[in-house]
Amino acid sequence: MAGWTHHKGRAVHLPLDNVDTDQLIPARFMSVPRSDGYSPYLMHDLRRDNDGALLAAFPLNGVEASVLFAGSNFGSGSSREAAVYALVDAGFVAVVAPSFGDIFASNAVNNGLLPAVLGPSQINQMVAALGRAHEAEIDLEAGIVQIGGVMQAFHLDSTWREKLIKGWDDIDLTLKESGKIASFRAKRVAQKWAWPDV
Amino acid sequence: MCIYMEKPSTLLDKLWADHEVMRREDGTSLMWVDRHLVHEGSHHAFAKLAGRGANVAEPSLTFAVVDHYAPTRGRRNIADPDIARMIATLEQNAQTHGVQIFGLLDPRQGIVHVIGPEQGLTLPGLMINCGDSHTSTHGAFGALAFGIGATEVAHVLATQTLWQKKPPAMRIMFEGALGVGVTAKDMALHWIAQLGTDGARGHAVEYAGAAVTALSMEARMTLCNLSIEGGARFGMIAPDQTTFEFVQGRPFAPNRAAWDDALMAWSALRTDANASFAREVTIDASAIAPTVTWGTSPEQAIAIGAVLPAPESLAAAKVDAARAAYDYMGLTPGKPLIGTPVDQVFLGSCTNGRIEDLRAAADVLRGRKAVVPGLVSPGSALIKAQAEAEGLDRVFMQAGLEWVASGCSMCVGMNGDLVGPGMRCASSTNRNFRGRQGQGARTHLMSPAMVAAAAVTGTLCDVRSLPKVKR
Repeated sequence: MAGWTHHKGRAVHLPLDNVDTDQLIPARFMSVPRSDGYSPYLMHDLRRDNDGALLAAFPLNGVEASVLFAGSNFGSGSSREAAVYALVDAGFVAVVAPSFGDIFASNAVNNGLLPAVLGPSQINQMVAALGRAHEAEIDLEAGIVQIGGVMQAFHLDSTWREKLIKGWDDIDLTLKESGKIASFRAKRVAQKWAWPDV
Repeated sequence: MCIYMEKPSTLLDKLWADHEVMRREDGTSLMWVDRHLVHEGSHHAFAKLAGRGANVAEPSLTFAVVDHYAPTRGRRNIADPDIARMIATLEQNAQTHGVQIFGLLDPRQGIVHVIGPEQGLTLPGLMINCGDSHTSTHGAFGALAFGIGATEVAHVLATQTLWQKKPPAMRIMFEGALGVGVTAKDMALHWIAQLGTDGARGHAVEYAGAAVTALSMEARMTLCNLSIEGGARFGMIAPDQTTFEFVQGRPFAPNRAAWDDALMAWSALRTDANASFAREVTIDASAIAPTVTWGTSPEQAIAIGAVLPAPESLAAAKVDAARAAYDYMGLTPGKPLIGTPVDQVFLGSCTNGRIEDLRAAADVLRGRKAVVPGLVSPGSALIKAQAEAEGLDRVFMQAGLEWVASGCSMCVGMNGDLVGPGMRCASSTNRNFRGRQGQGARTHLMSPAMVAAAAVTGTLCDVRSLPKVKR
């Protein structure tokens, strides 16, 4: 995973709360291998009417954006990382929302997608500027997002910030600690009850 | 064994300390995973592992289960090639890495969160992970159990550890006793309705209080299962005699030689007096009624006897969502929930697919006929067998419901068990999200007995007021 520090790209506003992972990607698409790309499934049903036609008024339709301003509790629900794949494969680099589902946010960071927390009124101020400018600019190190001169500091866990910037691979980091893991394991082995009785 | 002598600790503190391999300067802990459960959806993680040319670090602590895509009918000849491929991929990955699998035709097959406890893989004091948000179910045993994404699944496969920041602890106390006909499902829907779907976000929830202690293990699992619907990745209950009795003698549980040590370790797993929580909520259990969702979020739930709330009566931030939910659900604010016609029912899932749930539903259905179609999918093949030994299958079938094999089934619809567009389903499951049970499906969450009551009246109704049947 490549790290990043700055991003500038088209922003789009989806003023809905509780966009759960079933909305981000309906379950029926989850058997697809990642190599096929998940972009076609992003909010598949939410952006269509009952007959399957794309809704002209849906903010994501007809727009190629990379920064999503969303409502609260974004990505609540299931642990499906496919919800993040759909956003990333569609070109999104950041989601800015008042709050995120815990598992979604952690999955996002594991895929280089920024889950930036910003209060509802700050988000409203920013998207008001979307009429004048189309692009949002993110400075990950400074923790700042701006659109057309309207600037806000977003909240992001410091570990997650570092991980996004450095593009860390956790498995590589962890394997460096294999000595500590081995000694913990040895202690755990002594607790026979903690192992499956086979 | 750790000795806790310093400041009073919460159950979370103790479980965390027992699994912490190391802590980085930034406060992130590397945690040891005692049990890792994988399912068909773990194909992304196995693909990541293959991409690195890595092996499963601890195959004997990893267990594979076919559940999400498990057909509930026609198992020996799977009609859908996608479903067959998903199951074959898991079988192949399990074989490649020497991981035990509870496959489709295994007599122990079932939903991952049902068979973990059933097989004695789930124990107090363990850290248990699975690429599924309802992993908090296992917290009912006093385990540190939480759902993870595919990248984290790959990390656990490769290292048997996970990086995690310790969340703040929150305690939800249910004081008093539940009324007749009120269940753990109602406790969960009630607190989520009160606090909201993000009410416990970022926290590890410990459930405590007299009404929790009084619950069976099955009911405790239901309560912990739904933690994520209130935003909490972790839900847990301190283990006690009820827990130990449930665990003892299960296939993978500690044998006689290890049992005394286990009991000693497990008995320490309780929140000390005077331990402090980041957040505490107290709920009067006796005030909880059978609770049913009316909208498209688990927080949109009310007591069965209540009137559908006017969107304007809700908090400002919830008004738009309520309007959209009414539109999707085809309901009108101001009307009673009771009497709303349903098209079908579903009994099952990791939330309410256990033997006690089936018994509760059968108690309502015995001697009655369902007036709408419905599916009953037990949480595991062993529960199915037990239910059949008790004659519950005949109760369901005589009532007119379909009795099928075990899996996630109509809770998530991945196996093709779907609710049709615009159809209203009374469901014992965990999510009433838009389209969860199928495109355009309208889901009402409730307890198994309430689902059974909806089946026999064809409407949402209060199970407590059904007229008695002569038996």
